[in-house]
Amino acid sequence: MGGGRIVAGCLAPHPPHLVYAENPPQNEPSSEGGWEQLRWGYDRLRASLAEVDHDVVVILSPHWQTYVGTHLLGLEQFEGFSVDPVFPNLFRYTYDLTIDLDLAEGIHAEALAAGLDAHMMRNPDFRVDYGTITTAHLTDPEWSKPLVVISSNRSRHYYSVEVMQEMMAELGRATKKAIEASGKRAVVLASNSLSHRHFTTEPEVPEDMSHEHITSHAMHLWDMRIIDHMVNGRTKQLLDEMPEFTDQAIAETDGGALTWLLHALDLPEYKATLHGYGTVIGTGNAVVEWPAWRHQEGSA
Amino acid sequence: MTVVASFVVPVHPHPMLAPESNEGYGRLRAAFDEASARIEASGADLLIVYSTTWPSIIGHQIQADPNPVWNLVDHDFHELGTMHYDFDIDADFAHAWRDAAEGRGLTARTVNYHGFPIDVGSVVSLSLLNPGNRIPAVIVSSNVYANRTETTVLAKSCLDAAAAAGKKVAVVAAMSLSNRMFTRRIEPEEDRIHSLKDDEWNRKILQFLEDGRLEDVGQLSRTIHHQIRVQKVVAFKPMWFLSAMNDHRNDLTGEVLAYEALHGAGGAVIHLDPASNGRGDKEYDEENVEVFGGDRNVLDTDSEEQDTEDAPAAHPAPASNSGPALWDPVEGEDAVNTDTAPKPVGAYPHARRVGDMLYLSGVGPRQPGTNAIPGGPIHDGKGQALDYDIKAQTRAVVQNVERVLKEAGGSLENVVDVTSFLVDMDRDFAGYNEVWADTLGKVGPTRTTLAIRSLPTPIAVEMKVVAHLPQ
Ligand SMILES: [Fe+2]
Repeated sequence: MGGGRIVAGCLAPHPPHLVYAENPPQNEPSSEGGWEQLRWGYDRLRASLAEVDHDVVVILSPHWQTYVGTHLLGLEQFEGFSVDPVFPNLFRYTYDLTIDLDLAEGIHAEALAAGLDAHMMRNPDFRVDYGTITTAHLTDPEWSKPLVVISSNRSRHYYSVEVMQEMMAELGRATKKAIEASGKRAVVLASNSLSHRHFTTEPEVPEDMSHEHITSHAMHLWDMRIIDHMVNGRTKQLLDEMPEFTDQAIAETDGGALTWLLHALDLPEYKATLHGYGTVIGTGNAVVEWPAWRHQEGSA
Repeated sequence: MTVVASFVVPVHPHPMLAPESNEGYGRLRAAFDEASARIEASGADLLIVYSTTWPSIIGHQIQADPNPVWNLVDHDFHELGTMHYDFDIDADFAHAWRDAAEGRGLTARTVNYHGFPIDVGSVVSLSLLNPGNRIPAVIVSSNVYANRTETTVLAKSCLDAAAAAGKKVAVVAAMSLSNRMFTRRIEPEEDRIHSLKDDEWNRKILQFLEDGRLEDVGQLSRTIHHQIRVQKVVAFKPMWFLSAMNDHRNDLTGEVLAYEALHGAGGAVIHLDPASNGRGDKEYDEENVEVFGGDRNVLDTDSEEQDTEDAPAAHPAPASNSGPALWDPVEGEDAVNTDTAPKPVGAYPHARRVGDMLYLSGVGPRQPGTNAIPGGPIHDGKGQALDYDIKAQTRAVVQNVERVLKEAGGSLENVVDVTSFLVDMDRDFAGYNEVWADTLGKVGPTRTTLAIRSLPTPIAVEMKVVAHLPQ
């Protein structure tokens, strides 16, 4: 097969609050809404992705945390019940998802070839992490596409942001190669927030938006700076500033997803589309799309 | 005695799922079995697990599902198999603990949700230490932002609840010593502690614990965290929890049942028996905190805007920023005044002599010179309540009484009658009474204790003292 490519890449964060606010049938708790700015951002992202023909969605979530290499879901199907360990009051979600096993194996093989430690996860009892479930739901509530799910290696914690970036650059390139070799059109999702300082208390009604705001001005400035880099195509500068951003904004980019995404997209110099920004329990979240297909020859 | 036994156990699934694949894993498993037998022999009727693999953000979470059942697969070591669990949780105790924690100023909540993901450290320790749910258990999370005060107070609230329920508790800290793993998969026979440095620090910790010096290890927590811990969380907390559960003692009877490598991390099974090892307790130099005063919000530039609206503020307000003006003590023929006692807040002397009797003006804890209040003021300049230490305030009152008596040529021995005033009898009587027993209680004056609405400065205790002091 030829013609495999990444047709779009997205920063698609996973606050379970957004699923909770939507009251989908899969989620047990019910709410009166909330976090509309971000949910409208996801509406715009979904509308945009609906225009882009694609076969598979590849997700890297910071809540499948692995210390021993990078892992990929390695069975054709996973079903289960995902409960957020921090916000179990908001997120108890019944899932049933399909894996594109060929592409997962392809990325695994390319990662090994690039010198990374990589493993296929083939235990059927494994519970898929709530970050993956949330991001997958928010981008495609119908679960209409097969997924490839990649763990977040915690090299940031074991070494440094710099080492994390090197590893995630390799993994991003390996992902790109495997997608190209697969002949498939893939949407690639980095499931992470930006600034990530939480409030340590929760209002009585979690969706009470009078309590919702960024935790500090410094966090806001960092988020706006990073978004500005994205929407102006300054990927290299963003990656250069990633160590400071990750440390100072305690950003969820520590899980490597954004660095991985930007390398899978081959360091885009075109402008990304900001679909929405909002805070969730104080953390900064942006929904951003790199419409790679617009910049590829002969595609539409 | 509330805590009848304490244990440190590792969090990795290998001793549970693959004890035969490596001799070290097998020895850890045997040590788990031995610890399990000791818990049974201890007569404990409640097992408390503080698990470092259960991180939380909104305060501490306490498991309150009476019967959590699930299949757990480790994020890294999924190839070892599935851990099925089916636990009996003491939900009543979980709720009582939450209430006690909130009573001490902490944010805490119980979780009771079908399918809640119980963490690997808790599953391994409960499965191996409490087979067949011999005794009910409760699991508590490790808050990622919590530091020593919060962790210590969490333990004290557990002791409050256990004492109220008349429980005999076995405490388990599910934790690694050094926690750096090999970042590539290794064969079981290749397993060893990740580095010599990690091994040396682990052995130092083991030696301390074998000597029963739990509080000393707690005091070393920050150093240990920097030396041999991957910086995943804010601090190395479980020793703070365990030490506070054991009254910050340094004379426990410790025994290391096993110490082995788990994919590079340091895993140990350690038994700490509350029986004194007879070697004598040791001093410690960090504060023994009783309540949590809330986040200090050190990152906020604007103190008007509080992240934590529910928690009482604990800004360390200088004591001299509020309260009435200070006066020089009134001089007079029979007056006794001294620079070593705090200045009056009105026109009166420190004491007045009438024959062999010395009558002291009301004495509070304020310090001469600085006007600071040991144990902290009871409210800030805006009247917002602050956390304070009644014992420290009471001790300071007694010291000030002693200073005035010394100026008059006497000592505490001369005190014959005391009237004490407390602004919060319910909160403070016990602490005040404890200090009294250690000081004036040994002299034996008559005493009357009254609850009053307030005192002129932000203090919680004042004493009116009469002494018999022959010239
Ligand atoms: Fe997250």
